[in-house]
Amino acid sequence: MNTLNVEVARDEATQKKPSGQVRKMLLILSKATLDNVYACFILANGARMEGIEAEIFFTFFGLEAITKKKMERLHVATVGNPAMHIPTLLGGLPGVEAMASAMMKKEMEKLDIPGAAEFLEILSASGVKMWACKLAMEMFHLQRNDLFDGVDDILTVGGFYERARGEGTHLLFI
Amino acid sequence: MDKTVAGKVISMNEEGYLTDLSQWTQEVAREIAQEEGIELTDQHWSVIEFLQQSFKKSEPLSIRSLGKKGPVSIKDFYSLFPDGPLKKASRIAGIPKPASCI
Repeated sequence: MNTLNVEVARDEATQKKPSGQVRKMLLILSKATLDNVYACFILANGARMEGIEAEIFFTFFGLEAITKKKMERLHVATVGNPAMHIPTLLGGLPGVEAMASAMMKKEMEKLDIPGAAEFLEILSASGVKMWACKLAMEMFHLQRNDLFDGVDDILTVGGFYERARGEGTHLLFI
Repeated sequence: MDKTVAGKVISMNEEGYLTDLSQWTQEVAREIAQEEGIELTDQHWSVIEFLQQSFKKSEPLSIRSLGKKGPVSIKDFYSLFPDGPLKKASRIAGIPKPASCI
């Protein structure tokens, strides 16, 4: 089946759903801390698992999650994050953030949550569309080949809003 | 809740999942698949068998584990069982609805 047929089949499938149901989730990821990236990926994957369309717009720091060199080095913030319960001074010491991030990744692996690169592969195979923000790409001097191969295209904000067409679309900023 | 599927009385929960795998037969699977708009092929059957084996071994099911250990790729899984593959495939396989977020 070519891409067009897949899209048509999907459109037909979503048409069948009664109104009021969520049909498409458009997620905007603007941050690159581990917790934000995973919230976004799990929501996107969870949507696909329920037969809901999912697309992610990576903007500003969120681009790190699809930048090949950066995506496996996502960290959780140990400074300015009261939920970490680490005194700010300690959180800022060298190595603390790396250690906390490594611990969190270990806990996630126990729950069968994949690493960022593997997660992106899963999302891509599950039919999640991925868009990179044009303006943020220019700001960070990024090129198409710096990004994960599964990224569908580089879009302007207007281009992304175009994707929101249709009934039952929800936008979520992370 | 009892429901007659493929001429057999089958107990199901309110979401239409079988509550007793021993009542499952290939005919039951075919009829549930038809309700879901799916014509079962060899690839579908291999997924169904994999799900039942995992369930019998009490292994938690997720899209990731299916992609890693299952008989088809994640992409194929989505095209075989469109619109919520893990839920649909589990219903056809006669096992409970998976309580997985990933």
